[in-house]
Amino acid sequence: MAQVFALPRLSAADFGDALINPELGTPEGAVGPDGLPDVKRFNVYRNNVIVSLCEALGETYPTIKALLGDEYFAALARAFVAEHQPSNPVLIWYGEEFPSFLGAFPPLKAYPYLEDVARLEWAWLQSYHAKDCEVFDPAALATIPPTDLGGVRFQRHPAATIVASEWPIWDLVKVNRFKDGEQSQIDLSVAQPVLIVRPEFDVDVRVLEPSHATFGGAVFSGATLGEAAETALEIDSGFTLADCLSNFLSNGALAGLQTKEPA
Amino acid sequence: MRSDEQPVSAFGTQAAVPNRPGAGLKAEHVADILQSHPDIGFFEVHAENYMGSGGRPHQQLTAIRDIYPLSLHGVGLSIGGENPLNKDHLARLAELNKRYEPGLFSEHLAWSTHETTYYNDLLPVPYDQATLIRVCDHIDEVQDVMGRQMLLENPSTYIAYAQSTFSELDFLIEITRRTGCGLLLDVNNVYVSCTNQEQSPAAYLDEFPMQYVGEIHLGGHAPDMDEAGRPLLIDAHDRAVDDAVWALYKDVIGMHGALPTLIEWDNDVPAWPVLLREADAAQEILRRAENADLKAVS
Ligand SMILES: [Fe+2]
Repeated sequence: MAQVFALPRLSAADFGDALINPELGTPEGAVGPDGLPDVKRFNVYRNNVIVSLCEALGETYPTIKALLGDEYFAALARAFVAEHQPSNPVLIWYGEEFPSFLGAFPPLKAYPYLEDVARLEWAWLQSYHAKDCEVFDPAALATIPPTDLGGVRFQRHPAATIVASEWPIWDLVKVNRFKDGEQSQIDLSVAQPVLIVRPEFDVDVRVLEPSHATFGGAVFSGATLGEAAETALEIDSGFTLADCLSNFLSNGALAGLQTKEPA
Repeated sequence: MRSDEQPVSAFGTQAAVPNRPGAGLKAEHVADILQSHPDIGFFEVHAENYMGSGGRPHQQLTAIRDIYPLSLHGVGLSIGGENPLNKDHLARLAELNKRYEPGLFSEHLAWSTHETTYYNDLLPVPYDQATLIRVCDHIDEVQDVMGRQMLLENPSTYIAYAQSTFSELDFLIEITRRTGCGLLLDVNNVYVSCTNQEQSPAAYLDEFPMQYVGEIHLGGHAPDMDEAGRPLLIDAHDRAVDDAVWALYKDVIGMHGALPTLIEWDNDVPAWPVLLREADAAQEILRRAENADLKAVS
């Protein structure tokens, strides 16, 4: 039997494109009770998608939101969402590209610290959700002869990260996100590379000496203590391995000794 | 193992969700709940909020699960999607199911992912033959991987597909018949969708296949209007349950008896006592239905 007329078949691809690109209008085949398209009805879905993703970004980046204000942040988040939709339904993994998006956003050129602040917030969230793991017990180091210490490799604690920065990123987060301190007290000429740790359930942020940040970065990427100390000494001749290692150990940044050489 | 022995559980309380009210678990309420141990039947969580590897969310959920039965509610599996299910996501659901031993597991008749984009909304599906086959295949896969029955939730919709050839009810009935899945009856979704589609919610509920229903949802909606000035209700979960929805719920329970009943309040989340009061209101309706049952028997 020949078909008299073809019903418009609306595909997920066309539905999805129309969600993200309002200029495409209301897709044919998505109708109200009279069988006709209705833009306000379709806009409920558009709004749900865009607003919920913007809100997810706001929850991940509260400092950026506080610094820019709700209205500016909402517009910025919309611009980001238009370019970057999540690929995964787990939204704690959405928005990793937001820091570099901020860094490359021309209207915000005068605020070059925003990108690093956002990196700190991304790292904070990943630390919050990282795998549970005991921190390394420093007593276990007693079994290693001091002369062998330089050859030791550590495993990074799964919730520990270093965020390198030339800006006072922790002061900016402390004041604007945790409402601790005064905006006027922030000195933009101070560099604050940070160590983020979560020994149990609460995330801690520690400002590091630049040489300690260099050392930690090397240890976390698999260098021996000796190799890491060498890179730290290059930027600070006063660096001492014992002080720096005890700083990382007492903050719970390390999980255990690496028994095998990394491939 | 003797047949009357319960399997060993890691938790201090039973897995089975009772025919009582429950509440959607919100992180901001956990401390209050753990301190006051409110008299409530169960808690329901959005699975996607517990898909991180560790940390505070899992610590809190473990503490809650030790005292209350749990219902695991997925919002991101995209069962109505045109593409195959996301295997990694399904594996994460199965992992949570194993870890927390929920008494109920549910997902939606909706799609949210297409190709590489996750839209973070429960989008409607056309009720046609091709979609029916796909949805049933996906539900078979879910029940297979998770090793349990799932409940499928009726959607809230703002549009209909011109290409649909089934009514929503016939579509749902056909899915349960083919897959053996149960249904989650969201009474607020019924009210929202029927109003938006200019149908009678009472007539829809009269024909709902209650024998498959394992859980009920109640939530708040926001009133609006479409371009043509017709009422357009938004399933916002941002306020108390509407009186019209309470009335429909009362009829359903009066007719079919008590069922696990979840209060959903996901946006503009109120203080815990406000949410608990909503659950108490459901408890009152469940109790009255039970009393009426007893009277009928004696
Ligand atoms: Fe629901």
